[in-house]
Amino acid sequence: MMENMVLAILIGAPYTLALTAASFAIGAVLGLPICAMRQGKSVVLRFLMTALILTFRAIPPIVWLFFIFFGIGTGFVPMSPFTAACIGLGLITAVNMAEIYRGALTAIHSGQWEASKALGLPLKSMLLEIVGPQLVRISIPAAATYAIGLLKDSAIASVIGVQELAFQGHRVSVQTFRGLDVYAIVAVIYIAMSLPIAWLSRTIDLRMRARVAR
Amino acid sequence: MYIAMWSDWLPSLLMGLKLSLQVCGVSLALGIPFGLVLALGVRSRFRLVKSCMLVLVEIGRGAPALILLQFAYYGLPSAGLTLTSFAAAVLGLAVCTGAYTSEIIRGGLEAVPQGQKEAAEAIGLTRWESLRFIVLPQGLLVALPPLLGFSISILQATSLCFAIALPELVSQAYSIGADTFLYMPALILAGLIYAAICMPSTAAVGALERRLSKHA
Repeated sequence: MMENMVLAILIGAPYTLALTAASFAIGAVLGLPICAMRQGKSVVLRFLMTALILTFRAIPPIVWLFFIFFGIGTGFVPMSPFTAACIGLGLITAVNMAEIYRGALTAIHSGQWEASKALGLPLKSMLLEIVGPQLVRISIPAAATYAIGLLKDSAIASVIGVQELAFQGHRVSVQTFRGLDVYAIVAVIYIAMSLPIAWLSRTIDLRMRARVAR
Repeated sequence: MYIAMWSDWLPSLLMGLKLSLQVCGVSLALGIPFGLVLALGVRSRFRLVKSCMLVLVEIGRGAPALILLQFAYYGLPSAGLTLTSFAAAVLGLAVCTGAYTSEIIRGGLEAVPQGQKEAAEAIGLTRWESLRFIVLPQGLLVALPPLLGFSISILQATSLCFAIALPELVSQAYSIGADTFLYMPALILAGLIYAAICMPSTAAVGALERRLSKHA
């Protein structure tokens, strides 16, 4: 009985993982241009990006998901719940990652920029070879913390019908009338899933630190 | 073009907002003292107390808030405890608040210099007096800005109560959308209401943080 319940709930795990991975990938990539524009020279772009970041952070994720799935999805561009959830959580991740990158940029010594300028490096290799690798390394701990938060936030996608863990938990609890056990199992699965991310981030961070040890 | 609709809908959305604020207020009023207890418990000398508190904190932080809410609303009835959606919302969010704020408060308490505690001991204060008059006032002041920041997140988290049938702000916007099939304008209005509250509060917390850190 217990095993059946756990298995029935675990059907949702691949969706949770896929949703988390896809939104994180969207966010990690989109966060870069947002951060660049936020820190760039154009006053208009700086203002627009600051406003964008503030807006995305001030409105709860569930409103964004509803807005995309029901607001845009029913009238303009029909989309599956999973797509809508990826777009919504991906955009929210993007503004948060932009802030993480911004924090990491301030941690990169200004001498690094000056030295690459003095060496006459073109902007492209300055960004790709000097600043980029350091930016990634410094961002990893904060990004991993965010990814764990995102894994938990992905439970929100169940309200628009993505068949992930929280959704399956609800389904099984309705079928078996054993809500107490079911939700406890779901909680344990989420906690268990966040442990490898934390471990991976610590390992990568330690390795990268060892490589640049001063 | 939305103005006429919005003025029709505003009363019911504001009712929802009132409920959101109530849930947020009660959860914080219960959750932050709970967080203080957890923070002190995690620092306890007794290993049993310490590990129990740690488990509570890890569960509260590790499980999604949505699952805590559904556990309270759909789970507890099968153990014979049926809660209204308001009570379940408050319970779920208070546990979540307690777990997260315990870490914030612990950080604040740890920021109090060791010399303060030694001095308190040297002038003969008991452990309780040292905590009450020396460590807590300073530690909580350090923890104040992040606690306020977290309070804003809890206001946003009340939107999750949609999933346990509490008619708060998002639920109101959703049911207007479902009735009229005008999801977009209803959700935009709900979003604007959240933004109107959260943006100035975030800015205010930032200002307070800068002001407090100036004197530190």
